[in-house]
Amino acid sequence: MNKDALPRWIDIGLLPLINLAAALVVSGIIIAIIGENPFVAMGVMLKGAFVYKGALGYTLFYTTNFIFTGLAVAVAFHAMLFNIGGEGQAMIGGLGVGLVCLALDSLLPPLLVVTVAIFAAALFGAVWGVIPGWLQARRGSHIVITTIMFNFIAASVMVWLLAGMLMAPGQMSPETRSFAEGIGLPQIHDVLNAIGFSVAKSPLNFSFVVALLASFGVWVLIWRTRLGYVIRATGHSERAAIYAGHNPAHIIMIAMAISGGLAGLMSLNEILGVQERVILNFTSGYGFTGIAVALMGRNHPVGILFASLLFGALYQGGAELDFEFQTITREMVLMIQGLIILFSGALAYLFAPLVARIYFRLKAPSGGGNG
Amino acid sequence: MADLWMQFLLTLDATLRVATPLILCAMAGLFSERSGIIDISLEGKMLMAAFAAGTLAALTGSAIAGLAGAILVSVMFSLIHGFACITHKGNQVISGLAINILASGLTVTLGIAIFAKGGQTPMLSREARFSSIELPFAEAAGAIPVIGPIYKEIISGHNILVWCALIAVWITSFIIFKTAFGLRLRAVGEKPEAVDTAGISVSGLRYRAVIIAGILCGIAGAYLSVAHGAGFGREMTAGKGYIALAALIFGNWRPVPALAACLMFGFLDAVAARLQGVEVPVIGQIPTDLILVLPYVLTVILLAGFIGKATPPHAIGRPYVKER
Amino acid sequence: MHKKTDLDTGGAGKAPPAIYLKNIYKSFGAVQANRDIDLHVNAGTIHGIVGENGAGKSTLVSILYGFYTADRGKTEIFGAPVKLRSTADAIAAGIGMVHQHFMLVPSFSVLENVILGHEGRGSLQTGLEKATSELQNIAEKYGLQVDLHALVKDLPVGLQQRVEILKALYRGARVLILDEPTGVLTPQETQQLFEILRSLRAQGVTILLITHKLKEIMAVTDNVSVMRNGEMVAHLETQKTSPEQLAELMVGRPVLLTIGYDSAQAGDICLQVEHLSMRDDSGKNCLRDVSFTVRRGEIFGIAGVSGNGQSELLEVLAGISVIDAGRVVIGTTEMNADNPATPAEVKELGLAHIPEDRHAVGLILPFTAAETAMLGYEERGATRNGGTFLSPDKITRHCEKLMTDFDIRPADPNLKSSLFSGGNQQKIVVAREISARPNILLVGQPTRGVDIGAIEFIHKQLLALRDAGCAIILVSVELDEILNLSDRIMVMNAGQNMGILAREDADVQKIGLMMAGLENAGEMAASVASEQEGGRHE
Repeated sequence: MNKDALPRWIDIGLLPLINLAAALVVSGIIIAIIGENPFVAMGVMLKGAFVYKGALGYTLFYTTNFIFTGLAVAVAFHAMLFNIGGEGQAMIGGLGVGLVCLALDSLLPPLLVVTVAIFAAALFGAVWGVIPGWLQARRGSHIVITTIMFNFIAASVMVWLLAGMLMAPGQMSPETRSFAEGIGLPQIHDVLNAIGFSVAKSPLNFSFVVALLASFGVWVLIWRTRLGYVIRATGHSERAAIYAGHNPAHIIMIAMAISGGLAGLMSLNEILGVQERVILNFTSGYGFTGIAVALMGRNHPVGILFASLLFGALYQGGAELDFEFQTITREMVLMIQGLIILFSGALAYLFAPLVARIYFRLKAPSGGGNG
Repeated sequence: MADLWMQFLLTLDATLRVATPLILCAMAGLFSERSGIIDISLEGKMLMAAFAAGTLAALTGSAIAGLAGAILVSVMFSLIHGFACITHKGNQVISGLAINILASGLTVTLGIAIFAKGGQTPMLSREARFSSIELPFAEAAGAIPVIGPIYKEIISGHNILVWCALIAVWITSFIIFKTAFGLRLRAVGEKPEAVDTAGISVSGLRYRAVIIAGILCGIAGAYLSVAHGAGFGREMTAGKGYIALAALIFGNWRPVPALAACLMFGFLDAVAARLQGVEVPVIGQIPTDLILVLPYVLTVILLAGFIGKATPPHAIGRPYVKER
Repeated sequence: MHKKTDLDTGGAGKAPPAIYLKNIYKSFGAVQANRDIDLHVNAGTIHGIVGENGAGKSTLVSILYGFYTADRGKTEIFGAPVKLRSTADAIAAGIGMVHQHFMLVPSFSVLENVILGHEGRGSLQTGLEKATSELQNIAEKYGLQVDLHALVKDLPVGLQQRVEILKALYRGARVLILDEPTGVLTPQETQQLFEILRSLRAQGVTILLITHKLKEIMAVTDNVSVMRNGEMVAHLETQKTSPEQLAELMVGRPVLLTIGYDSAQAGDICLQVEHLSMRDDSGKNCLRDVSFTVRRGEIFGIAGVSGNGQSELLEVLAGISVIDAGRVVIGTTEMNADNPATPAEVKELGLAHIPEDRHAVGLILPFTAAETAMLGYEERGATRNGGTFLSPDKITRHCEKLMTDFDIRPADPNLKSSLFSGGNQQKIVVAREISARPNILLVGQPTRGVDIGAIEFIHKQLLALRDAGCAIILVSVELDEILNLSDRIMVMNAGQNMGILAREDADVQKIGLMMAGLENAGEMAASVASEQEGGRHE
């Protein structure tokens, strides 16, 4: 009751900020325990993320990954499906990109290959998402467990392929050959420099634009289309959706396909944006970070943009920690991420009773004054 | 032929070693999930425990201290999970995931801060580890045909934590099915309202279950770094917590079938290790990656109801809220 | 029957009351669920508490059972002051409770359920053995025979309720609270339950019966307390009151217990059901060879104890469940096992559906009222030109219109569905379905958990719709509701049609026997009726 009575700005604005603050405070305490100054560390991270030349580009580059994986988790979540498989879906999406590029780069013009590759990323990711969706919808398997298993299966498939039939000849590391010249996404700094803005070099690329478009697309989908309405209705009550004339099995599969497709698109940023070949573990846990992003962003595209920026900054700033400190590495970021998931996910309403009490106490006198 | 037999025995021996942390974690998961709390944080608790054990054993030179520290740390993380899921009725999957990610980051961060070895703990000396226990007459018995090698290779020569794991299965089975606590635990995972209206605290029972899970994960972690291994390495659990979870599902949340599933998954792992790089006539090199992925594939197939049927505790994943 | 216990311990005033509550207050957030409650229950009596939904009855008994802690107030049990902070405290004080929704572990045996929490010292095995003999004694003493080793999930609801009573007694209850115990029972099973309650009273057990059914209060209680809006408004001796007086006290104004009924002008046949059979997921036959027809402009009532196939029948007609054998013809369109229809297709044929389970099916609780009011009518009600994209304006306007036409309060389309009262939630569902102008309306439990004011309103709407030529199929476990509204009544038992009665031929006895599965109930009813007229009216 109390929770409902809190105004919206507290529920979707203040509480997430308090939760974030709590996670940062705990992180700070741990940093202090290992003998570093948390404020100095924070400063280093902020500078690393925003101030240094090219830093913002890097930050937005990471942000791009998190927008995709965050949206992926959010779309599934609106159907009340907990898609933990973003990591695997992104890997398989990257595989799709790789297969298209390796097969076609000598046959078709680069622009066409890249276009096909973008669709392949979404399609492969969607397939890897829709299988657990199908298993949940038709066979009753728990999607959490299945998607976890699918992450491991995807990782094994990637090792098997990259160390096997897709491994570049004469290579020792498990990766494919580089794509042909010109197969890749336009770099933002190139574009900006070309139109007269001088910008430092960074890996930020066209995927960022795709990510922003995807965010808008997800907003429209969820809140302004019949399909989105039905996805949300199915999420809250499958029986109500059936009653209303919808088929939850279809909706679950559609939601998981969209979710997997979005996760698959993440591979664009790494594979077509930077590597221009498929390497092992290019997903680096970004799929899991997507869960933290979606939780912080309350499954809303706007929230997800902000949360992605935060995590982008954490990752880029975290890399800076490596240089500045002996004792702090970027694994610190993983720790902070874990704490953020804990506080803004599992303990999301830890501070709600306290905030409610304060809010109603502050509000009470003015209410009494009128009467 | 004799050589192949020996190979087989050695594989079984390795199976037991690989399966030990799986068994302990599966039993941990069993307590937690039978009480209605999903536990995907087996992985993270085991990792924290392995780190704590490696660190304390390195600092004190005592394996026992390592084990105690491992259990303590693992129970602490269990309590975090309990606090989020039981007291605050948070999402159990999210809480578990948070713990896993937190453990990944925290172990490396603390490891570097303490030892400055890139996240590893120092190599442990023999004294700081749980050593193998050679059973009496193992060497002599080895000469006896058939039974001898089985005794020598498979039964003898394990450290105490391996035996711990096997005993844990028996104890778990006893507690769950033959004690009042077990009856209540099963009830709270099936229908918490029934427990509450019987005058028993739902939270109390669930906290006890997650604490037991913490203890068992602690032992599993200690096994990895101070018994099986000689120190902690980054991400040394390598998904074993998830495999244990899969085994638990495979065993339909029952102790003995879960043990069997752990042994089966352990066997697959041991076989894959043995076949690594081996050329087999006709087939060529065996893709061991594909053997290692079998536990995950089998679990997916099982969950889909293509072989048997997994029936989880009825109230699992649902925080208990008194209804008005 | 055996001795005059109630009179001896009752009015004498020497023996302390079994339950004594003074100034009990309880609030949930801003909602004051119980306000200044006093209650005095004499030992060895059956005491009733009546009140509408939301009057605070459940909160009060939850406080008595230690499930909630009162904010303020004094509690005494048999003269001893107690603080009931937990269920364990209540059990220790000798209070037992049979909840409306049973608190049994379905996969456990009866025995395991009964001893849960009272396993005794030593091993579980010895506890089970000891309990077995003790339970046999209790069962014999009170006439509560159950197979102790059967799994609860295999028992019919009537027996499950018996297990609940057994459980309470085993835990040493001297005061037994029953919360709406008859909702799941046939009239005959209800009679049996009352017999058990009387025999418990004869053995000195005090019983607190919570119900909204006035007939039950009149039939079995010694005294009755009435609650309204979280307060106690009256304490009465049952013999000295009447259902009319109780109803007025419950609602706070005079009420007509039966609504004005005009006979129907039935038209053409618009729905035919022939030899319909269906199995549920577990393979159980939940519908067996059911046949009937419904005409335009009539209300076709379906009576039965819940769980005898009525819910499944509604779901089949709504296209939610698939037919295994037989056929359903709506207008001229047939559905059968080979040509199943989906809910969307059935809706296209002019069928609308007010589902039984309002919370899980009819509404989506976290959605706004406007979003709930478009559920199932997204294309017509929510999009520009039936396209892909939603029109927020249209959604809001649609909801505003429903709120005005059906007097839904508060009239705020942006309020979450969960924040409306039960009656107003139901009005949203009724409004949505009726506004679709159906030819056939399926109605399941339209007034469950709804206050009397909204019940009257909904009943009038249904009759008006009938008079406008709609065929209405009404399923309710409230026999009175069926009898009041229906033009014809079909009784179901174990998935079968036990017979269809015209309104003039229907009476409680006859229907009760048919609900219990007795065929040829028509003839038998007459003889039984003369024996059992005890607590019945009419």
